Amino acid sequence: MSAALDVFSLLAIGAGVFFFVAGTVALVRFPDSLSRLHALTKADNLGLGLVVIGLLPRAGSPLAALKLVVLWALVQVSSATVAQLIGGALRRRDAET
Amino acid sequence: MTDALLVAAGAILLTVAVGLVRVLYGPREVDRMMAVQLLGTGGVAALLLAAAATEVAGVENVALGLALLSSFASVAFVVASPRADRR
Repeated sequence: MSAALDVFSLLAIGAGVFFFVAGTVALVRFPDSLSRLHALTKADNLGLGLVVIGLLPRAGSPLAALKLVVLWALVQVSSATVAQLIGGALRRRDAET
Repeated sequence: MTDALLVAAGAILLTVAVGLVRVLYGPREVDRMMAVQLLGTGGVAALLLAAAATEVAGVENVALGLALLSSFASVAFVVASPRADRR
């Protein structure tokens, strides 16, 4: 049973790392700021979410697992808000220039 | 298993370091801010992996703190940026 859990967490963490790599490649390669912002927030939220899902079975107590999920929810909320703010700042700068 | 976690944490930090190239070449400040935001989230992920691998007690709280502070940096950037209506 624990081997299955290990395989599951390895797969989830591997997918999380893959999404981080995708987010970074998108950040470096995409031509336009808005598309970079879109790809970046999608990829790193998903990357962190998958890493947290991969770590859940390894968490000692259910409380530690809950702490991981709460941390991921905090990053989700803050990252979404920041993405809206950066998008707004981007639009204002475009309006000015 | 634990060394697999540490390898994943290293891989995430490596990719985020590559992402920081955007800070150097970013044509606009907004791109630089995005790279710093990615660094924050990547740092949180790497810290969580290290916490799971090394079973040290306080590392998850460090990740919690980093997650909080990384969003403040972007908010400070946006608030400090020149706003058409205020100036």
